[in-house]
Amino acid sequence: MAKINVSVIKERFKGRLKVKEETRNFYNGVFIDLGELILFTGNVIKEMFHPPFEFRELTKHGFLLGNKSLALVVVTGFIMGLVLSMQMNPILADFGAQTLLPGVIAVSMIRELGPVITGLICAGKISSGIGAEIAAMRVTEQIDAMEVSGTRPLSFVVASRVMATTLVVPILVIFADAFSLFGAFLAVNIFEDTSVTLFVNRSFSLLGFIDLFPSTLKTVLFGFFIGLIGCYKGYTAGRGTESVGKAANSAVVASSLTIFVIDLVFVLITSIL
Amino acid sequence: MDRENVIVVKSLYKSFKDNHILRGIDLTLHQGENLGIVGKSGIGKSVLTKCIVRLIEPDAGEIDVLGTNVLDCVGNDLNALRKKVGYLFQGGALYDSMSVRENLFFPIRRTQFKDKEHDTDELIERSLRSVGLLDSIDSMPSELSGGMKKRIALARTLILKPEIILYDEPTTGLDAVTSGEISELMLKIREEYNTASIIITHDMKCAKIATDSIKIMSEGVFIVDGTYDELSRNEEKEIRDFFI
Repeated sequence: MAKINVSVIKERFKGRLKVKEETRNFYNGVFIDLGELILFTGNVIKEMFHPPFEFRELTKHGFLLGNKSLALVVVTGFIMGLVLSMQMNPILADFGAQTLLPGVIAVSMIRELGPVITGLICAGKISSGIGAEIAAMRVTEQIDAMEVSGTRPLSFVVASRVMATTLVVPILVIFADAFSLFGAFLAVNIFEDTSVTLFVNRSFSLLGFIDLFPSTLKTVLFGFFIGLIGCYKGYTAGRGTESVGKAANSAVVASSLTIFVIDLVFVLITSIL
Repeated sequence: MDRENVIVVKSLYKSFKDNHILRGIDLTLHQGENLGIVGKSGIGKSVLTKCIVRLIEPDAGEIDVLGTNVLDCVGNDLNALRKKVGYLFQGGALYDSMSVRENLFFPIRRTQFKDKEHDTDELIERSLRSVGLLDSIDSMPSELSGGMKKRIALARTLILKPEIILYDEPTTGLDAVTSGEISELMLKIREEYNTASIIITHDMKCAKIATDSIKIMSEGVFIVDGTYDELSRNEEKEIRDFFI
């Protein structure tokens, strides 16, 4: 029987083996990251209930993060409402269902588009900002300095920011929804004169508890994960300056993806209910 | 006279992948002693001090600080021990979003530190006076020079009245005059606060002024120790290079 030359086979499959190893490392990395994120989340939640509480940090970050994103969220919501109305109006007119336009806009914005678009804006603006800021603190050893003096940076730096985003994102979504309806009202008025009262009545006529409750709850989760992922990416950043950019970038990617996953889960749950 | 051991490190190993940084380090720091650790850049001096405060997890070995096994400490026990060990970082690591006053107040507030003799304002002023920068109390870190940042960082380290201070390259990046001042300051701090210190440096002038004894590190182990005068008389090339 002919001898099998292992080294020749290894050489022949070298490229393929390397790709296999890289793929395995990538998936290992994803699962390690996920495991670390779960542990990090547990520690952050624990720190949220551990005194001393940082109310000043909470209000400071809440105000800063909300204030920075408000204009962008409001303008985006307004344009979304305006554009959606202008595009839906001729389609509904074909079916003689123009009176449904305010209700359709309200349901689509409040149930889905308002929370998701605001979530994505916050992922891009807030999560990346938090990731970069904390990564810079890591690079300049400020986090280490807090750790070695026993001052629990997880509570001061992370928990306060996560609580701030959890509170602020739902408020931003309310602003986005309100301004999208305002945009829709202006668009409706381009086609026909409509009073504010009639528009509001028609908008809310199609909305029920099942539309409002899950969408509010998911915005709270969006806020929590936007803050948490930004903090996690910053907190676990490397020591070099390039890690600041990496942390910001990966925070945006991970929190955007998380928003879609949470949204999908909520849609599945509400469709079952 | 035998002095109490405040830090005892035995057979400490640390590797980063295939890079073996610490290869069985043994070290003892006595009460009131200023111990200098000298070595080339990247040799693992800072890794050693970071292992002592568990900023870096060692692979093997024993670390005993003030009678407590550091590697067995977690959570509140570790935080309680860390309060007794001050750490001065190479770049100062001042919190750049806070003023000098807030930087010094931060550890007091977060650790709920209480001092029987002084109230909080007195503690802050005393620490700043110790490093000669009381006038900068309301400045922001961005307004301070490199030397001032290190002094303020030292004041912040002193605020919790540590029993041990670990200085990581305290004079790096400073001019000769300021380096000399910082070195003198480390001696003054020892007298005033009755601390023991490990001073990581490759600045032999600093080591001469501020330390009682010096250990020279190479290839992950200490190759020689002694006082500055003893080591300066050593004929081995590897040792002599540090004195050129």
